[in-house]
Amino acid sequence: MTTTTLAVLVPLLPFLGALAGLLLGRTAPGFARPLAVLPTLASLALAATVAARQGGGPPVDAATELTPTGSVPIELALHIDGFAALTAVVVGTVATCVQIYSTGYLRDDPRYSSYAALVSLFTSAMLLVVYTGDLMVLLVGWEVMGICSYFLVGHYWETPEARAASLKAFLVTKLGDVPFLIGLFALAADAGSFRITRILGAVAHGGIDHPTLIALLLLAGVAGKSAQFPLHTWLPDAMAGPTPVSALIHAATMVAAGVYFVARLLPLFEASQAAMTVLAVMAAVTMTGSALAALAQDDIKRVLAYSTIGQLGYMTGALAVADRGAAVFHLLSHGAFKALLFLAAGVIIHAAGTNSLAAMSRMSHLRDRVPDAYWTMTVALLALAAIPPFSGFFSKEAVLGVAEHVVTGHTEHAPAAAGWIVLLAGLLTALLTAAYATRLWLLAFRGRGTEAPDHGRQPLTMTTVLWVLAVPSLAFGGFAFRVLPDWFDGHDLTPTLTTSVLGTGVALVGGIVTYATWRHTTAHAARVPLGAVAAHPEGDAGQVEAEAIASHAPAYGDVAYAADPSDPGRLLLGRLHRHAAVGFHLDAVYSALFVRPVRAGASIVRFLDREVVDTYVRGAGILPRWLGAAVRRAQTGNLQTYVSALLAGTVVLAVAAVLVATGA
Amino acid sequence: MHLAYPAVLAALLFCTGLYGVLARRNAILVLMSVELMLNAVNLNLVAFDAWLSRAAEDTLHSGQALALFTIAVAAAEIGIGLAIVLAVYRNRGTSDIDRLRDTAEGHDPDDPDSDATGRALPAPAAGEKAEATA
Amino acid sequence: MSTAATAGALTAGTLRRAAESPGFLSPTGVEITFLLVGLVTLGAAVVTVTTRQLVHAALWLVVALGGLAIEYLLLTAEFIAWVQVLIYVGSVVVLLLFGLMLTRAPIGRSPDADSGNRPVALAVAVVAAGALVWVVVDAFRTTWIDLDGAPSGTTEVTGASLFQHWVLPFEALSVLLLAALVGAIVLSRKANAGSEPGASGEPGAPGVKDTAPPGTATGVTRARRDQEGDR
Repeated sequence: MTTTTLAVLVPLLPFLGALAGLLLGRTAPGFARPLAVLPTLASLALAATVAARQGGGPPVDAATELTPTGSVPIELALHIDGFAALTAVVVGTVATCVQIYSTGYLRDDPRYSSYAALVSLFTSAMLLVVYTGDLMVLLVGWEVMGICSYFLVGHYWETPEARAASLKAFLVTKLGDVPFLIGLFALAADAGSFRITRILGAVAHGGIDHPTLIALLLLAGVAGKSAQFPLHTWLPDAMAGPTPVSALIHAATMVAAGVYFVARLLPLFEASQAAMTVLAVMAAVTMTGSALAALAQDDIKRVLAYSTIGQLGYMTGALAVADRGAAVFHLLSHGAFKALLFLAAGVIIHAAGTNSLAAMSRMSHLRDRVPDAYWTMTVALLALAAIPPFSGFFSKEAVLGVAEHVVTGHTEHAPAAAGWIVLLAGLLTALLTAAYATRLWLLAFRGRGTEAPDHGRQPLTMTTVLWVLAVPSLAFGGFAFRVLPDWFDGHDLTPTLTTSVLGTGVALVGGIVTYATWRHTTAHAARVPLGAVAAHPEGDAGQVEAEAIASHAPAYGDVAYAADPSDPGRLLLGRLHRHAAVGFHLDAVYSALFVRPVRAGASIVRFLDREVVDTYVRGAGILPRWLGAAVRRAQTGNLQTYVSALLAGTVVLAVAAVLVATGA
Repeated sequence: MHLAYPAVLAALLFCTGLYGVLARRNAILVLMSVELMLNAVNLNLVAFDAWLSRAAEDTLHSGQALALFTIAVAAAEIGIGLAIVLAVYRNRGTSDIDRLRDTAEGHDPDDPDSDATGRALPAPAAGEKAEATA
Repeated sequence: MSTAATAGALTAGTLRRAAESPGFLSPTGVEITFLLVGLVTLGAAVVTVTTRQLVHAALWLVVALGGLAIEYLLLTAEFIAWVQVLIYVGSVVVLLLFGLMLTRAPIGRSPDADSGNRPVALAVAVVAAGALVWVVVDAFRTTWIDLDGAPSGTTEVTGASLFQHWVLPFEALSVLLLAALVGAIVLSRKANAGSEPGASGEPGAPGVKDTAPPGTATGVTRARRDQEGDR
């Protein structure tokens, strides 16, 4: 088979699997698991084959036009370069792991078949986004991901949190998608094509008339999908979905799509200095803000969610300094360790029966209950904190190194201001990342108090996947920074000495300070009893998690927050803690800016419809109603009345006819 | 003789019958009025036949033949009409035309007491009758 | 003779007679007789449609129909005049009287002989009469019927024309009469005569409300009403 055929099969197989799963899920539930895992696995194998054949060489391009569509043609096009090939491998890997993990995690879930089918569809859409060479086809995958995230985040739709979160995820990403769509049209109008290769060609020849406008419009969609400030608020709330879905959304699909999109069209963004600066500011605000917020969260998954936003900030930061190699490098390594973090968090939540760090910090021996999760999560957290030699170190240093390059003036692609912004924010975030990673580890695994409940061993499917993902988290970075430049643009990804020392230094500082704080505050833990556990700890992990999420707000007063004096984050953040816990009140801002005006508008429309439009309608009905009533009264049933009317009419007509005939 | 005499007489007789059909309550009286109208037509037929048989040398005597036919049809009509009136009277207990209001708006076809419904309608005649019987 | 020629001859004859202007009264005085009998007929007809005594209405109808028979005689249609007497006065009025009795029409003055539709009926009738008389007078005020010479409506002449030119309609009419006969019998037959042995209950007034629940007593009620109808 040619590379093109293989590449076409990569998104097609999960799609067919999703279709079959949706159709057969109810009639043949026994097929649900094979139909979920096998197409994804096969597509991973094919993606790996495609990557091996492409091998970092010249991009594979293929296109076919199904039907003429008017001025700007829409083609089914493939554009597989090194970025696409490797991203597809990561997507396939994470999706396969998630599917295998889900078989154990949602073991007893009655809606497993539709869930698995939607995950397959999600994967297929992401693979389509990765491989396609036509922006309209990309948009199809982009929007399919949006609707899949809606369904999957709302998987536990019995809980109000999940319903609200799914709606929020959908609406916020759509808020970005509208400018994105307009931007795509503007871009196609300028370039005369939706094909990425042609657009990049047009950019190279200066054929784009409004690069800044288009880039900013596209950035809105990217911010929505990749959860960048100010459209990131859906991501922490999306934790109301099942943990494997969070892993999928955060590691490989959806949020990666935005970064990947910018990476693909980076020359277009480079054409506008303003867009690059905006991108840099966006990245800086996103990473520092999310890192601060992560330090204040109580829900273990929300901590990870904010960390995802922060790591995405690194990627956009790398893009803002015009190095997509570093961005995609970080995307790949982040995909591995973030999937691992989420899946391990799922295991921990299942074992502890709660998603609250405050409650976990009052349990001892939790790490003995879940040794696999303990060790793999330690690896993943070290990777997240960018401690050498874990993979996160290399990818993050690549980003910081590039920023340093820009600052020192070694490149003309990006403004120096962007470099400074990214570098400083990146270093600050490195400090904070290490701090919240340490906090998470300490609170989850070094708790003191009553012994954690023992529910027996976790399912094999769940623990095996953790170890599979631990390997790339551990070793991918050190192995890849030498190989990847051949696949990417050829920029050097080797860590530079300055940033390495600086980054590792601040990370260590962050970790040590957090540890010291924890030593100080942990004494309070015994004094303030806190915590609630799921009602059915013996159920499958999905049920336990759903109950944990649903009970968090009633038990602690908020979805994200717990009044825990033993939390080191509280001491570290000081007065900032209260604001950070609620995401710096951005939800309130949105409520004031969008929700309330929309509601007011809706009530006005409702008033207009009910009182104004309906009045006209009712008014129009009055005359026919009166006429009808009059005619009703005429229907007396008395034959003589009818005949009288008939004859009177006849006489009138006859007289009229005579008068006309005689000419009177 | 002037043709105007029988023609005017026929017109007046016809209108008298017309009045009877529209104003009489008893169905048999209505039938009588119908007979009056038919006879007015007959008079016209005969008179015009008498005129045309001379003025246009009509040898068919179509007017008189038609008048005969009309008389026969009228006989048949009165027979059928009376049979219908009798059937209605048997079923409804009345032969008053303005009580047969099954086609009135708001009339319930399932109501077995359709007479009462007809009577309950705000017809002025019903009020008159109630006064008279009281 | 074509229609156009007929019309032409008609117009010519009319014009000629109009030119002769015979006046409104002929020397034979037949107009006076016609007028007087016509007045009686019209009066009887008016009484027929206005009287409150139902049986009197039928009797006044006899007068009106008899007056019409005389008018037919004056128009030299003697066969039709006798048929009129035989069929109308002889049978139709008798049938009507039977009908009145079978429907238990009240004898004597009936207060509700006229329906509430009377003013409308009067208006329609007067307007119609005005329009018709106006048109008829306007059209035929100069038309003269020549009643001299051989009578056009003797039995011989009528029979000849009827059985020469009108045989087919005549036979068709006989079929119509047969159909009417059968129809009248079917319609006036009792619904299920004699099938209810205990139906000879106390006869109530016609139109009395049946308070029995429907379903069980409907057959009995129906039979009782049938009996009342036949009485």
